[in-house]
Amino acid sequence: MSGMALPLAAPDRPVNVVALTIVIFLFVLVAVLGFVAARWRRGEETGLHSLDEWGLGGRGFGTWVTWFLLGGDLYTAYTFVAVPAAMWATGAVTGFFAVPYTIVLYPIVFLLMSRLWSVSHRHGFVTPADFIGGRYGSRSLTLAVAITGIVATMPYIALQLVGIKAVLTVLGLGSSENVLLTDLPLIIAFVVLAAYTYTSGLRAPALIAVVKDLLIYLAVIVAVIYLPIKFGGWDPIFNSAEAKLGATNPATGKPTGVFIPGAASYSAYWTLALGSALALFMYPHSITGVLATKSRNTIRKNAAVLPLYSLMLGLLALLGYAAIFAGTVPVDLNGAINPQLVVPQLFLDQFPAWFAGIALAAIAIGALVPAAIMSIAAANLFTRNIYVDLIRPDATPRQEAHVSKIASLVVKFGALVFVIAMDQSAAINMQLLGGIWILQTFPAIVAGLYTRWFHRWALFGGWAAGITYGTIAAYNVVNPVTKAHFGGSIAAIPGTDTQVYIAVTAFAINLIVAAGLSLLFHAMKLPDGEDITRNSDYGADENDPKVAQIEREHPLGESGASTF
Amino acid sequence: MSSPDVPTRGPARSGPYVITGILLTIAIVVPLFVPAYSVDEPRWVGMPFFYWYQMMWIPITSALVGVSYWLVIKEDRRRRESVRGLTSPGEER
Repeated sequence: MSGMALPLAAPDRPVNVVALTIVIFLFVLVAVLGFVAARWRRGEETGLHSLDEWGLGGRGFGTWVTWFLLGGDLYTAYTFVAVPAAMWATGAVTGFFAVPYTIVLYPIVFLLMSRLWSVSHRHGFVTPADFIGGRYGSRSLTLAVAITGIVATMPYIALQLVGIKAVLTVLGLGSSENVLLTDLPLIIAFVVLAAYTYTSGLRAPALIAVVKDLLIYLAVIVAVIYLPIKFGGWDPIFNSAEAKLGATNPATGKPTGVFIPGAASYSAYWTLALGSALALFMYPHSITGVLATKSRNTIRKNAAVLPLYSLMLGLLALLGYAAIFAGTVPVDLNGAINPQLVVPQLFLDQFPAWFAGIALAAIAIGALVPAAIMSIAAANLFTRNIYVDLIRPDATPRQEAHVSKIASLVVKFGALVFVIAMDQSAAINMQLLGGIWILQTFPAIVAGLYTRWFHRWALFGGWAAGITYGTIAAYNVVNPVTKAHFGGSIAAIPGTDTQVYIAVTAFAINLIVAAGLSLLFHAMKLPDGEDITRNSDYGADENDPKVAQIEREHPLGESGASTF
Repeated sequence: MSSPDVPTRGPARSGPYVITGILLTIAIVVPLFVPAYSVDEPRWVGMPFFYWYQMMWIPITSALVGVSYWLVIKEDRRRRESVRGLTSPGEER
C-alpha cells in the first residue's frame, strides 16, 4: 500500500453524519440505562453502600442476566476488533485460535467455578484474593494474587479504549493535526462511563450488556449472511485469504500469514487456545461476574449456553477474511495501515450508513461493559486486599464501598492516560504480559479449591518463578520487521524447538516449582497458614447458612474467623 | 475451626461424576487436537474443513456441557436431600 509513503499527508476523513448520529443516539441511550440501573433490584435497607451491592450487584443475578453480563464481559470490544484484525493481517494461528479457546473454556469453567462460588458465598469473599487469604492464611500470597489481578486488568481496560478509538477514527472523528480534538470524544465517553459505574456499580454494565449483546448479534448475523451473498459465497473469500496469507512478505522473506496451520504450528495453536482458556477465569472481572450470580449452579448452566457467543466470535473472525476479499483498506489518521480498523471500515464500506452506525455503536458500547466490570473488579481487589488488609482492617461495609467507588475512578483515569499519553502498542504489550501473568495465579486459586496439599510459600515461589520466566521470555520475542521487543506471545520451550504460548511454559514451571517446594517445606515442617474454610463450604448453595450466620448460632467459634 | 462443620451434602455416588468427567475431557481434548483438522478439504459451502470443523465443535461442546449439567444437578439434588430430609428449597431456576 502507498499509505506508508505519505505519513501525515493523509487527508482527514470525512465525518459520516448518519452513522455518527446513530452511534451518539445509542450511546446516550445506554448512558441513561447506566444511571437508571442504580434503582434496579435494589436492596431496600442498604442501598448500594456495601461491596456486595455496589461491586457484585447484590449477588443475585440469575441465568439470563448472567448470560448477558458474562457475554459482554468476556467477549470484549477489543476482541471484536482484534480477532478479525489478526485474521486479516496474519491468519489462523494468531486469529482463529480464539475459537478453540472459547470452546475449551466452558468445560473448564464448569469444573472449577461452582466450587469457587460456593466457598465465596459462604464466607462473603468478593475477590479471588479474598479466597486465597481465607484458604492459606498468607498475606504475601494474597497480595501477590491481588496485585497480579490489578496489573493484568489495567491494560485490558486500556484496550477497550482502543476499541472505541477504532470506531471513532473510522467515523471520521479526529484529525492527525489536532490531538486534543481527536481524543475529546473518547474522554467524554469515559467520563460518562465512570459516572454511571460510580453511581450504579455492577448493575450498570449488567443492564447495558443486554442492549449491547443484542446489537452485536444483529450486526454479526446480518454481516455473515449478507456479505457472502454479495461476494459470491465463502469460496472466493477463502481463496483470496489463502492467496494473501500465502504470499511472501518482503520484509521477512516468509509467508505473510497462516491459512491452515502446518505441523510446525500445531503446538503454538493449541497451547494458545488452552493457555488463554485457563487464564480467562483467573481475571478478576470474570470472577466478579461469577460471584455476582444467584446460586451455585447458575454459572454451570451458563457454561452450556455461553458458547453461542463463541459461534458469533468465530463468524466475526471470518469477517477478517471477507475484508481481504473486499479489499478493505484500514488507513489510520497518520496515514499508516492499522489492522485494528479493518472491521469497522468493512461495515462502513459495505453497508448503508444507518446499519454501519448500529454495528459501530455495538462495538463502542461493547467496550463500555467490560471496561466497567474490569474497573469494578480491580477496585474491589484494591479495597479488600490492599486497603482493608493492610491499611484499615476495621473498615465498615459502607467505607469499603466508598473506597471501591473512588478506586474505580482512579483505575479508569489511569487507563485513559495510558491510551492517550502512551503509544497504543504499549497497551497491547502490557495486555500480552497480563495474560501471561494472570495464568500464574491459577495454581494457588485452583489447587486451593480442591486441596491444601500445596504449601503457601511454595505457591508464592511458583508464582514468582512463572512471572519471572514469562516476562523474560516475552521480552525476548523480537518482531522480525520492527525489531521491537514483546513482539508476540509464542516462544520455544527452553532447550527445544517446540513453539508454544509462553504463558503455558511459565505455568508448567510454576507448577513444578510449587510442587517441589511443597515437598521440601512439608519435610522441613514449616508452618502452614490457618485455613478458615471447611470441606462443606465448597458444596454450599444459596440456601445454606453463611459462615457469619453459623457463628451466630454456634457462638463457640473464634470471632477472628468471620472477618471476611 | 471450633464451630461444627455441618455437611451441606450427603456422600457422592461416583457414577454421574465419572460420566461428567469423561464428557468434559472429550470437550477439552478433541478441539485441541490440531492434526485431526488441519486440512483444507473437504470444504463445506466454500469453507475449508479447518474452519467449519472447529465451528462445529461449539454446539457439540455446548451439548456435552449441557448433559453434564443435567447429570450433576440431579446428583447434587439427591445429595442435598439426603442431609436435609425433605426440605429442599434450593431448586435451580
